Amino acid sequence: MTDTRPLGGEASARMGFGMSRPGRDPAGAEAAEDAERAAETLPPDARVDLAKERAETGIDEVFSSLDADLVGLAPVKTRIREIAALLLVDRARAQFGLSTSRPNLHMSFTGSPGTGKTTVALRMADMLHRLGYLRRGHLVSVTRDDLVGQYVGHTAPKTKEVLKRAMGGLLFIDEAYYLYRADNERDYGQESIEILLQVMENQREDLVVILAGYKDRMDSFFVSNPGMGSRIAHHIDFPDYTLDELEDIGKLMVAAEGYSFTSEAQETFREYLERRKAQPRFANARSVRNAIERARLRHASRLMVADRPVNKEELITLATEDILGSRVFADHNADHNTETDSR
Amino acid sequence: MHITQGTFSFLPDLTDAEITAQIQYALDNGWPCSVEFTDDPHPRNVYWDMWGLPMFDLTDAAGVLAEVNACRKAKPEHYVRVNAYNASYGKQTVALSFIVQRPTDEPGFRLERQEWHDRTIRYTSHPYAADAPHGRRYNGQQ
Repeated sequence: MTDTRPLGGEASARMGFGMSRPGRDPAGAEAAEDAERAAETLPPDARVDLAKERAETGIDEVFSSLDADLVGLAPVKTRIREIAALLLVDRARAQFGLSTSRPNLHMSFTGSPGTGKTTVALRMADMLHRLGYLRRGHLVSVTRDDLVGQYVGHTAPKTKEVLKRAMGGLLFIDEAYYLYRADNERDYGQESIEILLQVMENQREDLVVILAGYKDRMDSFFVSNPGMGSRIAHHIDFPDYTLDELEDIGKLMVAAEGYSFTSEAQETFREYLERRKAQPRFANARSVRNAIERARLRHASRLMVADRPVNKEELITLATEDILGSRVFADHNADHNTETDSR
Repeated sequence: MHITQGTFSFLPDLTDAEITAQIQYALDNGWPCSVEFTDDPHPRNVYWDMWGLPMFDLTDAAGVLAEVNACRKAKPEHYVRVNAYNASYGKQTVALSFIVQRPTDEPGFRLERQEWHDRTIRYTSHPYAADAPHGRRYNGQQ
C-alpha cells in the first residue's frame, strides 16, 4: 500500500528488487559497478609492481610445485606461465581502469594416456583461483555418462546440474569426444554440447571448461563441432614423455611410496621402460605407476618366500629381480638361463 | 501491500549481489538451496510450487542464481523465494528462506468478518489476488 522505497528510475517504474530481471533494465547495476570501479582506479602516472602482485597471489607456489611434481611437459608449463602472466597483467590494467574483457580461459588438453592431463587440470584450478579468475577453485571432473541422459528430456537437466555444480570452479570433461557420436545423429550428446556451448559463451566469469582427450580423436571432435573448437582459446598438447623423463617419474613415484631402487635395479628399470615403451598400449606415467605397483608385489612375495626376519633396508629396497619378473622381460629371462648378462 | 514473509522481508528488496551473497552464505554452511514460486501470497500458504529440484552439491551461488533467474523469466508476476535446507541431524529444517521476487503490484488483503452465533464475529484475511484463478492473479499474467 505505502512504499517509501526510492524507485529505481524510469525503466524500473515497478517497485521491488532493483534486480536485473532477464530482459529488463540492468543499467542500474552497471552504473553502480562503474562507480565502484572509478573509486579504485589508479592515477595514470602510478606504477604497479607486477612482482609484488605476483607474490601476493601466491602463484609461485603453484609453479614450484608444478615443476617439482611434474616431470617434463615443457610446452604445457610454458603455456600455463603465459596464461598466468596475461591474467596478472590484466589485473594490473584493471587497476588503471583500462577496460579488459575477461579473457577466454576455456582449454582443451590433448595427449596420449598418462601424460598428466588430469593432474595439470587440478593445478590449473588452483592457479586460476589464486589469480582470482575462479571464485571457488574446485574441480568437477566428468565424463559422457555424467552429462548425457538416456532418454528424451533427460540430458538437459543432467548437463545443467553438472554445470551448476561446476560454477565458480573448473569443469573437466574427460574424453570429451564421446559427447559427439558421428554415427548416430539422434544421439543425445549433441544436446549436451549445445548447452555446454551456451554456458561457455554466456557465463565465462562463472566457470572454466577444460576438454581433455587423445589428440587425434579430439581433433576430429573439433572438426565436427566447429563451434566448440572456436570457443576454446587454449589448445594445449601434452607430449609423450621421453625415456629420461619416464625414469625421473619412476624415481619420484618410488620415493613417494617410501621405497628406493638399488643402483642395478635403477638400470633394469630403465631397460624395462625402454622395452615397455616399444610395446602397444603404453600409457606413459600410468604404465610407470603400474610397473612399480607390480614390482612392489614381487618384492613382497620375495620377502615372504624367503621366510626369514627382514630389516628396514630390505623392506624399502626394490631389487633387480623384482623388476626382471615382468612379462616385458620374458624373452630376456629365457636368455638369462644361458647367459649371465644379456643386457 | 508489501508482503512480509521469510527472512529480510522487512528490508528493502535485495539486489542480485545481495541475493548471491546470501545464497553463498547458505552454501558455505552446507545448506542446499531450492527455488519456489507461488501466486497465492496468504501467509499460511506454506506449500509453494517447486522450481525444479533442490540443488545439492553446489559450491558456488552462481548455479542457484541462474535458477532464480530462470524462474523469474518464466514467472515474472509471481512470488519467488529461495529456501536453504539444513539437513544436519537435530535440525532437518529450512534454515533460511527469503523472497527474491514479488509481483509488480501487490493489492494486499481484505479483512473478512463472519457473523457467528451469539453475535460473535470471526475474522479472517483474504488476498485480493486470490479472487482470480491460478495463473491469472497478478496483472492477469502468469
